[in-house]
Amino acid sequence: MRQVGIVGIGHSKFGRMDFDLVDILAWSSLEAMKDAGISGGIDQVFVANMGAGAINHQTAVASSLVSRIFLEPAMAETVENGPASGASAVKCGYMAIASGMADVVLVTGGERMREVIPWKATDFVATLTHPDAEYAYGVTLPAFGGMYTRAYMERYGLEERHLAMLAVKAHRNAERNPFAHIEESASMGGIWDGPHRDVVNPIMADPLRLYDMCPVSDGAASLVLCAMEVADRFPKKPVRIAGIGQATDTHCVHNREDILDLKAVRLAAERAYTMAGLGPEDVSCAELHDAFLILEVAISEAVGFWKPGEAKLAIERGDTEIRGTRPINTSGGLKAKGHPVGATGVSQIHEIVKQLRGEAAREDRQVNDPKVGLAVNFGGFGNNVVATILAKE
Amino acid sequence: MILDELEARLRPPARPMPPYPPKYIVLASGQPLVIRQARRDDFPILLETVEPLARVRKDFYDIVASRMYAELLGQYIHRLLDPYCLVGTINGVVASIVNGRMIDAKRGMSYHTLTVHRGLRCGAHMFAAKMEYHMEHLGQDEVFIVAESFIGFKRWMIEYQLESRPEFQHELGGVPSYCLTRALYDTYKPRLVAGTRPVPPEILATADTLILPDEYPQIPGFKR
Repeated sequence: MRQVGIVGIGHSKFGRMDFDLVDILAWSSLEAMKDAGISGGIDQVFVANMGAGAINHQTAVASSLVSRIFLEPAMAETVENGPASGASAVKCGYMAIASGMADVVLVTGGERMREVIPWKATDFVATLTHPDAEYAYGVTLPAFGGMYTRAYMERYGLEERHLAMLAVKAHRNAERNPFAHIEESASMGGIWDGPHRDVVNPIMADPLRLYDMCPVSDGAASLVLCAMEVADRFPKKPVRIAGIGQATDTHCVHNREDILDLKAVRLAAERAYTMAGLGPEDVSCAELHDAFLILEVAISEAVGFWKPGEAKLAIERGDTEIRGTRPINTSGGLKAKGHPVGATGVSQIHEIVKQLRGEAAREDRQVNDPKVGLAVNFGGFGNNVVATILAKE
Repeated sequence: MILDELEARLRPPARPMPPYPPKYIVLASGQPLVIRQARRDDFPILLETVEPLARVRKDFYDIVASRMYAELLGQYIHRLLDPYCLVGTINGVVASIVNGRMIDAKRGMSYHTLTVHRGLRCGAHMFAAKMEYHMEHLGQDEVFIVAESFIGFKRWMIEYQLESRPEFQHELGGVPSYCLTRALYDTYKPRLVAGTRPVPPEILATADTLILPDEYPQIPGFKR
């Protein structure tokens, strides 16, 4: 298989955007191509998107994007894998190049979710649950997040305070990220032990509070991938995709032997580590899918950063801060950077590339001398997970 | 002299209304949002705060700001009967403004909620303060409300589950009217209405002289 690198990155602002979906995709795509120093020459386009058909009344968005930015006759497909669509599209791009079918691939993930009212956005995401055994009973992703958090707290002694600490960290990182949806700081004195906590930070899905959850966002992120053997055509040094792992778990959460065991995360990470010839100890920084803050906690354990139940100690020590020993979600994460579902997996890798290139220093959120980054994109409620490891060349 | 006589005929009768006692809310950022009744000398600053937003189409700021400007001017030059205005400040800077008026002793009319500083739910807290004023300080049983923006509809009609009152002619025009009843207020108060009184003097002092916002997130690159 050929080696694959990333030579261009682009990102739109996350938040609410008054443009159509394809314009948002086009914006970040052109930014990535500009970063790669090209205006064409793309062999294949993969677009990650979960909801255009359902919420924007638009299908075949990859074909539309290609035409919008004049990339015909490039091959083009839309990739849909729930909230893990982004990393799946990167995986498809990797495979296209590794197999020799393409030399240069554009991967763009994007979503326009704020076109609909909030409960419709929540309902749309809930369509990934089992239609008879879960959705029919009113289960939503925030409900799963709440149930998972409660179970985790009971087993491992995590406290709401730990989640509030993660929220403060996420907002602090997002404040320095020009693409982030959330631009306001959060403080423990406001969301945790302030006198008006229950109104300022109300419970949304017990025990999860408002500040424990990601916002509903529009936005897009893009990457230009190329075969390492042609990487010298591009002005910037490539960041190598060292490993990709993917795994699935039962569609229904209640069919799992242990609902707290994020088996698909664990297996995806193990496969990515094996492919890269690396281990969790080699990871300098990570972007973990914190749609609900409990997921940053649980995923960080499942990928081997800490033993089960010990993430809370890392939070207390400040290990996951940008200047900590294991920085996590330096972008602000889904929690504060935002979560346009199709964009998220691509955006996570965008952030890792930025860190490995040293470009986050411009925004005063640079991890110290990173060599390897890990991104975990979590689909369903953990039933389809993609882990990607990037390495500085 | 003739002018004074005419002016007197134009003005509605001035009737004292119970004051809104100031309070503060610690926002998610940790900053206190001080909410107090606007004084007469505040109105030039309030008008200047609102005016730039009248040209912002996004999120219906244009219609909300235009109408609020007219209402605040109406209150300032005595063309409204029994009006009130509450202002929310962060470090003295105007963050949000709400207004309305009394219809009669038992019914209130909500006009507008306009927020400059977004992202901290200031608008939600200010709207809650407005409802608190009607229900707890003016002693009213019903407040009539309309929404002119999607955000308003989500924040008021949905979060408070307001009663639909299409037969009621709201003063803002013929759009569908909704009503906050005392029962609804009592139901949602624990979840939506916050604040501490009295405001410590050092915090209250920050809100004494209103400061114009330097920045409007709604107007990138704004220069006054």
